Amino acid sequence: MSLLFKGRNQGAQRIKVSKLQKLFMFFSDNLRQAVSSLGELTRAPFASLMTIAVLGLSITLPAALYVLVKNLDRVSSDWQQASEVSVFLKENIAQQDIEQLIKRLKTWPEIKRLEYIPADKALDEFTQTSGFGDALQYLESNPLPNVILVYPTSRHAQPNSARDLLDRLLREREVELGKLDIEWLERLHAIVAIAKELVTLIAVLLFVSVILTVGNTIRLNIYNKRDEILVMKLVGATDGFIQRPFMYTGFWYGLLGGIMAWITVALILWWMGSSIDRVINLYNQSFQLRGLDFPILISMLAISVGLGLLGSYLSVKRYVAQIEPK
Amino acid sequence: MIKFDDVSKTYPGGQQALRRVSFHVAPGELVFLTGHSGAGKSTLLKLISIMERPTVGNVYINGHNLNEITRKDIAYIRRDIGMIFQNHQLLMEKNVFDNVALPLIIEGYTRKQIEKRVDAALHRVGLLRKKRNLPMMLSGGEQQRVGIARAIVNNPPILLADEPTGNLDPALSMEIMSIFEDYNQAGGSVFIATHDLGLIARMKYRTLTLKQGQMITDGLTQNWQEDGHEPVI
Ligand SMILES: Nc1ncnc2c1ncn2[C@@H]1O[C@H](COP(=O)(O)OP(=O)(O)OP(=O)(O)O)[C@@H](O)[C@H]1O
Ligand SMILES: [Mg+2]
Repeated sequence: MSLLFKGRNQGAQRIKVSKLQKLFMFFSDNLRQAVSSLGELTRAPFASLMTIAVLGLSITLPAALYVLVKNLDRVSSDWQQASEVSVFLKENIAQQDIEQLIKRLKTWPEIKRLEYIPADKALDEFTQTSGFGDALQYLESNPLPNVILVYPTSRHAQPNSARDLLDRLLREREVELGKLDIEWLERLHAIVAIAKELVTLIAVLLFVSVILTVGNTIRLNIYNKRDEILVMKLVGATDGFIQRPFMYTGFWYGLLGGIMAWITVALILWWMGSSIDRVINLYNQSFQLRGLDFPILISMLAISVGLGLLGSYLSVKRYVAQIEPK
Repeated sequence: MIKFDDVSKTYPGGQQALRRVSFHVAPGELVFLTGHSGAGKSTLLKLISIMERPTVGNVYINGHNLNEITRKDIAYIRRDIGMIFQNHQLLMEKNVFDNVALPLIIEGYTRKQIEKRVDAALHRVGLLRKKRNLPMMLSGGEQQRVGIARAIVNNPPILLADEPTGNLDPALSMEIMSIFEDYNQAGGSVFIATHDLGLIARMKYRTLTLKQGQMITDGLTQNWQEDGHEPVI
C-alpha cells in the first residue's frame, strides 16, 4: 500500500510530529506568513497605500510637533541660564559689612559670579544716561540703593532653584529687596509645557484613530477571506493560526507607515530648518536645530508598529472568532 | 470512536432534525448513513464535525464529550476527522496542491513531508497530473476528488463523507469507494452519508437509516439482501 495509509493497522495513529520539528516549522511558518502578508498588500496596492498613508501622516504630525517642541525646550533652557538676581541692599550699611557680605556670597555654591554696583556709581551712570543730570544735582542724598547682581550657576538657574536662591539671599541681614528677572521666562516655560501637553493630546487622538483605521481595514480583509477562513477552520486550523497573517498585515502597515512618517518628518524639518535656524539665531548664537536622532526614529517605528499590531489584534480577536462553519 | 448518546437536534426556528439518536461506531468500522432528503443525515455529520451542537444528549469523538470541550479543542478534534463535503469547500484561489496541503500545513509538517503526502493523496484519487490547476479548471467530480485527497492526506482516524458520490458516474463512484475501503482496511473509521441505495447494496456494510430524524434501522445490508428486502426508509 502507498505511504498514505501506512503505520496505523490498529486503529487511529497519526504521523507524529516531533517537538523540535514543530518549533522549526513554527518559525518557518511565521517567516512564510510574514512574507506572504507583505505580498498580499501588493495585491490591493491602492487600498494598502491609503492605510499606510493614514498611519504615516497620523504619526508625522505628532512627531514633527514633538521635534519642534523639544527644540523650543532646549532654546528656553539655554536662555534661562542667563537669568540673574538683583539684590538691593539696605541703606545705612557700612562698607565693611557690604564687603563681608560679598565675601560670604562668593562661597555659596549656587552662585557663579557677582557684580557689585555701589549706589554712587549707579547714580553717576544714571546722571549721565538719563538726561536728568542737572535736576539730580539738587538731590540731598543718593536715592539709589547699593546693588549686587548675582549670577547663579547653570544648575541653579531653573526658575525653582533660582527662587530658592532668592529666598536665601533675602534672609541675609543686609538685604532689603531681591528681584528675580525670570517672569518672562516662566511664561515661556508655561507655553512650552502647554505645547507639550497639546502635542501629547494630539498624538493620543491620532493614535486612537490609527488603531481604528487599521482595525477597520483588517476587518474588511477578514470578511474578504471569509470563505478561506471557514475552510481552514473545517480542516482544523486554530484561531491563532488563522489570525497570524492578519497580525502580520498589521505589522507591515505599522512598519511602512512608520518609515513613511520618518521620511515626511525629515522632509518637513529640512524644509523649515533654515528659517527656524534664522529666527533662533537672532537670540542664541550657539543653537543648532536638532532633527530626528536615532532614539526618536526608533520610537516612531516602535509606536507605529505597535499601533498597527494593536489595531489588527483588536479586529482579529473579534472577527476571526465570529466566523464559524455552519 | 464515534458515539451518540440519546441525541436530539432542534434548529433555531423549531425544525427538529434529529430525535433521540443513539449509536456507536467502533475504530476500523465502515458505516453508511442513509435516509430520504431532509431525514437529518447532514445534521448528524455536522454534530460530529462540531459545526452544530446537540440540543439534548451527548456526542463523543475519540472519547471526548463534545459538550465539554473548549474552543481550542474544536480545532484539534477536527484534525482527527477528514471531512468530505457535498459542496467540496475548496479554496478557489489556491491550486489543487495547496488545497490538499492545507491540513498538513496547519499541523506543522515540513515542506518535504507535505510534498510527499500530497503527491501520494493526489495519486490515490488520480489527480496527480492536475496538481497545479485551480479548482475552477476542474469538473465537479474532480473537485470532489480533491476534497477526498484533502480529507485523507493527514491520515486521520475518522473519515466523514456527505454524499461523496453525488456528482460521480457509477464507475468513478466505485473507484471512490475503493479509496474508502483501503483507508478502512488500514484501520480508519469511515462514516458515509448517501442516498445511493444501489451503492449501499453492492458494498455490504453496516448501514444506519434515518427517517424524519429518527434512527429506524442499524444493521448489515447483507441481511437485507438475504431476506430479499430493500432497506425500509
Ligand atoms: N441550518 C438549518 N436551519 C434550520 N433547519 C435546518 C438547517 N439545516 C437543516 N435543517 C432542517 O433539518 C432537517 C434535516 O436536514 P439535513 O440537511 O440534515 O437533511 P439531509 O438528510 O442531509 O437531507 P439531504 O439528503 O437533502 O442532504 C431538514 O428538515 C432541514 O430543513
Ligand atoms: Mg444532506
